[in-house]
Amino acid sequence: MSRVLLIEDDQAVRDGLHLALTRQGHAVRAVATGEQGLARLAEADVVVLDLMLPGIDGFEVCRRIRAGSDLPIIMLTARSDDMDVVAGLEAGADDYVVKPVRPRVLEARIRAVLRRGAAEPARQSTERHRDLVIDRAGLVVHKNGTTIGLAPTELRLLLELSSSPGRVLSRQQLLESVWEHGYLGDSRLVDACVQRLRSKIEDDPASPAYVQTVRGFGYRFGPL
Amino acid sequence: VRSLRVRLLIAFTLLTGFTAAAVSGMMYVNARDEILRQVQDAAVQEFQNEVATATTLDDVITALSDREDAVIVFYRGRSARPNTPAVSEELRWLVRTGYVAWQRVETLGHVSLVIGTRVGAVEIYVIRSLSTVEVGVSDLSSLAWATGSGAVLVATLLALYAAWSVLRPVRDLNTAALRLGQGDLTSRVPVRGKDELATVATTFNNTAAALEKQVADAKRFVADVSHELRTPLAAMTAVTDILDEEAPRLGSDAGKAAELVSQETRNLTRLVNDLMEISRFDAGAAALTVAEVDVPATVTATVRTRGWLEQVVLDLQPVTARLDPRRLDVIVANLVGNALRHGAPPVTVRLSAERGWLSITVRDSGPGLAPDVLPQVFNRFYKADTARSRTEGSGLGLAIAWENAELHHGSLFAANHPDGGAVFTLHLPLTDGAP
Repeated sequence: MSRVLLIEDDQAVRDGLHLALTRQGHAVRAVATGEQGLARLAEADVVVLDLMLPGIDGFEVCRRIRAGSDLPIIMLTARSDDMDVVAGLEAGADDYVVKPVRPRVLEARIRAVLRRGAAEPARQSTERHRDLVIDRAGLVVHKNGTTIGLAPTELRLLLELSSSPGRVLSRQQLLESVWEHGYLGDSRLVDACVQRLRSKIEDDPASPAYVQTVRGFGYRFGPL
Repeated sequence: VRSLRVRLLIAFTLLTGFTAAAVSGMMYVNARDEILRQVQDAAVQEFQNEVATATTLDDVITALSDREDAVIVFYRGRSARPNTPAVSEELRWLVRTGYVAWQRVETLGHVSLVIGTRVGAVEIYVIRSLSTVEVGVSDLSSLAWATGSGAVLVATLLALYAAWSVLRPVRDLNTAALRLGQGDLTSRVPVRGKDELATVATTFNNTAAALEKQVADAKRFVADVSHELRTPLAAMTAVTDILDEEAPRLGSDAGKAAELVSQETRNLTRLVNDLMEISRFDAGAAALTVAEVDVPATVTATVRTRGWLEQVVLDLQPVTARLDPRRLDVIVANLVGNALRHGAPPVTVRLSAERGWLSITVRDSGPGLAPDVLPQVFNRFYKADTARSRTEGSGLGLAIAWENAELHHGSLFAANHPDGGAVFTLHLPLTDGAP
């Protein structure tokens, strides 16, 4: 059972999702505004956030959550191909669903963002990659002795990439293994998450050493 | 003659031809007469001064010698050349009566002036050739012809230019109206000057703008309505799973009602999603998110995720292309879904590539499409089978597939296979237009 904080201004949608998520075994706290949501972050394991909110909007809520915690965030958006998705992902959301969303789809996304470990069991608990130390069992990442706070998707992306250093993984492969999306996931999820991950682990995010882009194919960890 | 251009041209040319002929002709006649009269007067004057004033034959002969003119002399009605046609009886009568008389005669196309006088019983006629004058007059005639023809030629060119410039706005208007009729609502004509044609052009532009606005308003209304429908649908969709799970326990009537609401909510959601999708194409807001795509893998995933693997035969060559995978999925899903609903299984999907293009054909094993249906099959909400007023599809699937193909600068065709069954053929460029 996980604690879901649902921030949605429309009462019917809020009630409907509350009902459906509760039925799937989640403890749901549903609020109508971003302000109310921000006040209840401590009680949540995952946030389901509508982007169109009165008062402070979903993007701002997203940024404020990210400023203080690595709580997984799933955006509720009206359209999949507009700028809102990109802006939401840049603000720090881990995933998004398009309204109207079927509860079982939302449920699958919630499960995916809450899963912290790698898809494959760890072969060796602690690895060192130059300045980066990845503890696969403890799910902690250190750089030069300092613990780096990573959101669950960021951590899983790093674990996935670093499990086979030097090998190129396509965006579709990463979407399936990290986000557990079906075949046609949105590659912008990967790009946005890579940007956030780089800003936390790279010495210079503009010329990354750990997570490298292979143009036209995908991403690769190293070679260092 | 129906063409305005030809009518204008003929009118211009006739007008100029007539004017040139009248002016040149009149000038020619007047000038010729004036020249001949002057030459004639000079000759007669000279004759009067030198010959007619002589009183003795001796004087006459002196006056007539050293001349190039021919001279005919009659004495008591007799002459060395009595029957010369040059000297008419009429002239001789005048001369016999005592006048100095003259006459212009033409023999064998040669014009001469015959001047006569009487000295006692002797009639003296001098025949002076006017051929040198004739040459001048003939030059005048040639000049008149040349001037007239030149004027007609210049006038014809001017007429062509005038017809072109007058008819250019008409031609522009015709082209613009054709484009408007073909659905290009941005079609406008340039307004030149302030004449009647400019007024027509302005009216056309205003009408086209009003039409464009109305159509845009109607499309925006559809987009707005679809968007407004989304929020209540989001709430309903959230609880359809609960209805589905509970339906068997609700008893027959309530259970059936719950299933109906659940199913129709899903259909309505699909319809609203499709309406929003097509609204985005109408608004020009649809954009390609291009990626390197393993096409057979995508097509297989499309068929597999929708549970169609049992009914669909896949014949896919390995092809990699730069395109929008989500949109390819939409196209293939709509084509295969349409084939399964309206055709008959098995449905065959073939993928191949050659010369920079990939080609996907979706063929069903049904009766094919009626000839009157073929050109309309990509129209929105077009239903080939009127008896079946509503099917599982939104009625927008093929229209959306067509728009997605266009967005990729590709094409989508519907046809019937010679061996039966409808065939939809999709062509997409392997690269996203980058050279």
